[in-house]
Amino acid sequence: MAIDRKTIERTAELANLHLTENEKIEYEKQLNDILNYVEKIREVDTSAVKATDYIEEIKNVFREDVILESINRDEIEKIAPEFRNGHITVPKIIE
Amino acid sequence: MLYSKSVIELSKMLEEKRISSVEIAESYISRIEKYNKEINAYITFNPEQLLKDAAESDQRRSSGKTKSSFDGIPVAVKDNISTAGIRTTCGSKILENFIPPYNAAVYQKLCDNGFLLLGKTNMDEFAMGSTNESSFFGPVKNPHDFSCVPGGSSGGSAAAVSAMMAPAALGSDTGGSIRQPASFCGVVGMKPTYGKVSRFGLVAYASSLDQIGPITSTVDDAAAMLEIISGKDGRDSTSMHSENDFSPAELDGNIKGMKLGVSEEYFRGADEETASIIRKTIDKLKNLGAEIVEISMKMNDYAIPVYYLIATAEASSNLGRYDGIKYGYHSPAAGKLSDLYKLTRNEGFGNEVKRRIMLGTFALSSGYYDAYYVKALKCRTLIVEDFKNAFKNVDAIISPVSPVPAFKAGEKINDPLQMYLLDILTISANLAAIPGISVPAGKTGSGLPVGIQIMGNHFEEKKILNIAKAVEAVSEKISVDF
Repeated sequence: MAIDRKTIERTAELANLHLTENEKIEYEKQLNDILNYVEKIREVDTSAVKATDYIEEIKNVFREDVILESINRDEIEKIAPEFRNGHITVPKIIE
Repeated sequence: MLYSKSVIELSKMLEEKRISSVEIAESYISRIEKYNKEINAYITFNPEQLLKDAAESDQRRSSGKTKSSFDGIPVAVKDNISTAGIRTTCGSKILENFIPPYNAAVYQKLCDNGFLLLGKTNMDEFAMGSTNESSFFGPVKNPHDFSCVPGGSSGGSAAAVSAMMAPAALGSDTGGSIRQPASFCGVVGMKPTYGKVSRFGLVAYASSLDQIGPITSTVDDAAAMLEIISGKDGRDSTSMHSENDFSPAELDGNIKGMKLGVSEEYFRGADEETASIIRKTIDKLKNLGAEIVEISMKMNDYAIPVYYLIATAEASSNLGRYDGIKYGYHSPAAGKLSDLYKLTRNEGFGNEVKRRIMLGTFALSSGYYDAYYVKALKCRTLIVEDFKNAFKNVDAIISPVSPVPAFKAGEKINDPLQMYLLDILTISANLAAIPGISVPAGKTGSGLPVGIQIMGNHFEEKKILNIAKAVEAVSEKISVDF
């Protein structure tokens, strides 16, 4: 399996990354190296194997639905980059 | 010197009123001011606040209101563990100025026991790395040789304890990030069973693998710290209740009759000096009455591909939350919303983080999901079975922590695959969710520490701590010469 420039661009789009030209070149080479190596998992016969979901034995635990305190709005204001009139603001999305 | 004492020694001295918390704080402050500039173990360090906290602790002690016998002891915390009101950067530009509004469960437990925050320690960005070279805040140096890496990703925590700039530290371990730097820096590092410690408030990297644990100078300290931070927490649905039956009084280092599994697969590729130190230590454990059992871990060859597919897939999803809107870095250049996401993320994340997001996104993308991600999950099941079978016959598994000791900074940073291959001996414990501990076993000819790894079955922390204690008793004490 070889990753080409198009796959790199499609993956960056899915990952919401605006890669620079140099990064695209670098990641194309490195991801190919890494994928060539991880290909070896194909040797393993997994036809009768279930995919891991959880390893330890767990059971569902129910509890009462209780109202707990959440983070205050002014705490959110402190950490949000853009905040106006009690709301987080984002760039306009409808023209 | 106070800074050379263990947590348990400091606790004893405080209880006997031979020292004050302020004196301990002063001792570490002067030590940190002297050496942190060179070693760069701390990202955030606030001596004024520490002295204030220490004075309050002394007040509590003099009025008989101590929170625990550890009240007044300062400890370091890895910078991916949330501390309310105190910057938590994760070693990243994207969280450079992030001040969390709440405490991580483990940090709250430290506070509830009267521990003081010594500082937030440097780390590979988002805990992705094995050398601490990917930190936005600059690399950390190995206290045993400043030209070498301290390991990673909890390199700041390990270097701080090793250079006696902290009596103990918390780290996190997703693929060896506690054990490998502990080995490189000559200190004790423990990754508990998945679920033993709440991950609430830990900045997520790979949620099915991440676990928080202690880095300390002695095995007893590791046990004491683990006892404090462990326990079920409703805010982390993967945390579980388990017995803490390993208080230092319970640990006698008696390993007579214990069956210790040794697998040749774990020595393949190990350098000669490392292998020889580990084999000699195994011989010493045999002399203490342990039975050495040869085992085969045939899936070990596949551990790295499986780990790097699963960890990066989970990371690509976890790191999707950094969008420049809710908190963290926000690209000033963006006009449109979609540009805001893409520019913020590209400017805010470093090279290694973007590489792993790309790999994980690819492994999860349509057309490749079954061949890479699901296939890796199936192989993970086989790795888990390998361990289940091994633990039918042995009490614990012994191996090196890393195939090589600490290496020169800059040596491997440009070849990510070669770097990933070095994680071969630690990642399996994360994949199988089992506990593992790294204990100093010896030094190479050039004076670099080498750690031995002890892995146990789920929630068998007591067993591996006891074996660790035996290793500690038969190994030379490793400490820096400054």
